[in-house]
Amino acid sequence: MTSVTMTVNGKSVSGDVEGRTLLVDFLRNDLRLTGTHVGCDTSQCGACVVHVNGEAVKACAMFAAEADGADVATIEGQANADGSLSVIQQAFQDHHGLQCGFCTPGMVMSAAALLKDNPKPTEGEIREYLEGNICRCTGYHNIVKAIMAASGQDVAAIAAE
Amino acid sequence: MYAFEIERPSTIADAVNALKGEDAQALGGGQTLIPTLKQRLAMPSKLVSLTDIGEMKGVCLGDGGEVCIGGATTHATVSKEAAAHYPALADLASHIGDPAVRNRGTIGGSLANNDPSACYPAAALGSGARIITNSREIAADDYFEGMFTTALDEGEVITEVRFPVPEKANYQKFLQPASRFALVGVFVAKYADGVRVAVTGASEEGVFRWTEAEEALSGNFDGGAVDGLSVSADGMISDLHGTSDYRAHLVKVMTKRAVAASS
Repeated sequence: MTSVTMTVNGKSVSGDVEGRTLLVDFLRNDLRLTGTHVGCDTSQCGACVVHVNGEAVKACAMFAAEADGADVATIEGQANADGSLSVIQQAFQDHHGLQCGFCTPGMVMSAAALLKDNPKPTEGEIREYLEGNICRCTGYHNIVKAIMAASGQDVAAIAAE
Repeated sequence: MYAFEIERPSTIADAVNALKGEDAQALGGGQTLIPTLKQRLAMPSKLVSLTDIGEMKGVCLGDGGEVCIGGATTHATVSKEAAAHYPALADLASHIGDPAVRNRGTIGGSLANNDPSACYPAAALGSGARIITNSREIAADDYFEGMFTTALDEGEVITEVRFPVPEKANYQKFLQPASRFALVGVFVAKYADGVRVAVTGASEEGVFRWTEAEEALSGNFDGGAVDGLSVSADGMISDLHGTSDYRAHLVKVMTKRAVAASS
């Protein structure tokens, strides 16, 4: 076992992990932060996307020990301090960017990473950025609209699709 | 996954020492190795993570005008930091996998693994890059030895990759959308002393140089120069995504596209 300490959603946390403990398992099983989902466990689907030191990564394709000392952000830390939804989360609700909701934590974390680097992405840039996030319900259109809206852009232009 | 220990050295020397242990295995970004471990296709006793080694990260311009990339540099970093020096290489890096994969996966990891459908081997072979390890320097032409096989010795670590910058270059990837690897990818680079054409995704032997196209394009750097050439389907990969004939066909198509898009 290895002892790890990291910052998760602004709080310092510690735990003992095996070498093979994945970051997503540490978050879900040790910290009980079950908002980060495991969809495929083969790093295809993106339901487990979290931010490590500000960058979107698949928490099922990184060991907890590799996140020792890192700053980790998960879906649980996305809402505003008063508990209201973040701009991105609210946009997903407003534009029906989710149905079953399983992929949504990863979608929101990927969207947040995209908008941090590219505050006004084009529709094409959004679709390309979401290549690693699979949704089996929505057909993606409403997710793209939500991210356009969250970035303060007009969604009417893509509404006809 | 079987159980193993993880070490996170901060220097190349410490990593090389740690890798001397029995069944120790280097861990780059883990975007291939971790899925492999999950399938119990590998059973290391110890993983030595290379991603905390500062001296193995970053992009710089070498004395000879080469672009030097640390072995533990992520694809995302290459796509940003190499853009000004070697746009075709940065563009290739920006289309590997997906954004989350690019934030973890490293150039050294990709080249050490030598997946027959990976993008970086095409860039390294197509550029005549030099693979720098903790103990020696290997020319790309001597490095790739077949599918998942390289000239690296046990415990040897890729510390840096040096790319001579061509006059013009381009990489065309025919995407296999489920895996996001190349179904076929072709890297074309035009240097003062000739053209290099490297093909990934097609051959069962992994990345290779299409020398007939290199000769034709060195005389006339125009896609039409390869019109008269044919690519044999012998030894090409055949799977549910594409037959060997289809892959052989794509080699020529992607070569022509890469020449047309070279800048």
